[in-house]
Amino acid sequence: MADFLRTNQAKVLDRWCEIVSATARGRMSPDDLRSELADLYGLIVGAMSGAGVAESGELRSALVALSRSRARSGFSPSETALAVFSLKDAVFELIADSADMVAEYLTFSRMIDDLGLHTFEAYAATREEIIKQQSEAMLELSTPVVQLWDGIIAVPLVGTLDSARTQLVMEKMLDALLASGSSHAVIDITGVPTVDTEVAQHLLKTVMAARLLGAQCTICGIRPQIAHTIVSLGIEFGDIATKATLADALAHALRSAGLKVVPA
Amino acid sequence: MERVPILKIGQTLFVSIQIDLQDQSVVQLQEDLAEELVASRATGVIIDITAVEIVDSFIGRMLATIGSISRLFDAETVLVGMRPAVAITLVELGLFLEGVRTALNAEQGLRMLNGRS
Repeated sequence: MADFLRTNQAKVLDRWCEIVSATARGRMSPDDLRSELADLYGLIVGAMSGAGVAESGELRSALVALSRSRARSGFSPSETALAVFSLKDAVFELIADSADMVAEYLTFSRMIDDLGLHTFEAYAATREEIIKQQSEAMLELSTPVVQLWDGIIAVPLVGTLDSARTQLVMEKMLDALLASGSSHAVIDITGVPTVDTEVAQHLLKTVMAARLLGAQCTICGIRPQIAHTIVSLGIEFGDIATKATLADALAHALRSAGLKVVPA
Repeated sequence: MERVPILKIGQTLFVSIQIDLQDQSVVQLQEDLAEELVASRATGVIIDITAVEIVDSFIGRMLATIGSISRLFDAETVLVGMRPAVAITLVELGLFLEGVRTALNAEQGLRMLNGRS
């Protein structure tokens, strides 16, 4: 089989590139694709005539590299696996009329299946890595602390509040209060999709921690549906000031800081 | 056992905790403060915990108790300079120190007391 692949290299490779580029839909240039597959082809042939495919570390790492680059440029899992599996089609078209190659073709096919699975696994691992990086980046991005006025900071919350995020928000807010010497904090929950008892509990904790530091907290940006949920769940915000919009909260904070906005 | 000094500034008693708080020294502080409040007839107490990095539930409760004791003598307590980590610990312990007022630093605490009188 290895000899067959070597002698028919040009034909098989052409057909392989043709099949794969049909799925690439312009995300890779034909030249790049061809050189990538030619490298892979060389490694597969080399591994078949040498120590065997299972032992070839070079071939495996080439497959990992391939699936990594595919995962990052947005190929779907089946498109990535197809890039490997379609080699079988390309070979089969050439040997279809010679019956004596069938036994060898079966072995070859099993080998390619194994390589395809390996590609698939590498693809999944890369995707998981990307997801992890993104969720970390989101955690960082989604907790800004803004100085609204001298002595007033705002914490716009976007996304779901869980314990890990509450902890981060709390730390960032308390540090900002201390660093800026602010005595007011406005927590804006416009971007929080749902408020259940757990989220409310997290909000209460944050407000209480700010109070212990000596700062007042106002919660704002409660949307109508959320107000409805809060009341139906029987959540009590107690004596914590809540306002409809950030503007109301700022006005409230300015008032309690003894400041007044007048027309110029 | 180390004792925490109590300073009298005008009508305010100023307690700055600079040592690692042992349970015994907190109890001692409560007693000293009660006596000092009677003797000086102060109207305000400022407890500065800027240097305190670790609190447990006992100390948290004692801080609240100090507030209640002072109120018996018609003095208001302001806790100032709490560190973020301490605040988070107290909240996680479920101690919100409801009877005690808080301020970011000693200056704001003094202003708070003066605004009252």
